[in-house]
Amino acid sequence: MKRSNAPIFWLLFGAGGMLSALIGAMLVFITGIAVPTGTILSRNLLEFERVQALAQNWAGKGFLFIIISLFLWHSAHRIFHTLHDLGIHAGIVAKLICYGSAFVGTLLALRALWTIGF
Amino acid sequence: MSARRPYVRPMEGWWKKNPFFVEYMVHEGTALFVAAYAFILLVGVMKLAEGKAAWDQWVLWLTSPFAIVLHVVLLLVFLYHTWTWFNIMPRTLPPMHAGGKRVSANTITVTGLAASCAASLLLLLVCWSIAR
Repeated sequence: MKRSNAPIFWLLFGAGGMLSALIGAMLVFITGIAVPTGTILSRNLLEFERVQALAQNWAGKGFLFIIISLFLWHSAHRIFHTLHDLGIHAGIVAKLICYGSAFVGTLLALRALWTIGF
Repeated sequence: MSARRPYVRPMEGWWKKNPFFVEYMVHEGTALFVAAYAFILLVGVMKLAEGKAAWDQWVLWLTSPFAIVLHVVLLLVFLYHTWTWFNIMPRTLPPMHAGGKRVSANTITVTGLAASCAASLLLLLVCWSIAR
């Protein structure tokens, strides 16, 4: 019997959903509101050297990769399954577009984090 | 082939008729905003790989009024996502038992929200202590 690949996508959806539910709102607040406006947090938190050092550290690199890729897989899976509710057939084309864009985003994140170096 | 045209019930806007399904569509819709934020971060990491000039330009964009307003909207939607995620969790988890009794739905939701608050505060504290 052919094994279904659904559990893999479901797992990525669940992990991304959990991660975004745990710290997503705070991340948005930090990177998008607190630091750019300089409230609570210093604006120099997003200085090039500081963020580069974070992205060159293996733990920081892993954190950035997990956040970006899991958020992408979470939303891709959710959008894919909601298409059906909107009367759009959740066939191979929709699947390729949804999961494909998450896959491309994951590759782009990998390449960027690789280029940044260690 | 015959010209038979069976009646197909239209499904346009079916969810608008019931508040339960409206909420369902709204919480499913949070995925678009999660994707948008992931995309913003992805661009940031790509700019970081390009070098200081590109990165500084991205940070400058973050301070633009459009970006700030966008992030306020993102923040509200993410908070809603957090709320619904843990609200639905009792129905998505397999039944859990503790001390011979099934863990109540309310306990699961409250624990999840508490974990989210703790993790978020920790993250904020770490960022605050790095750059004071």
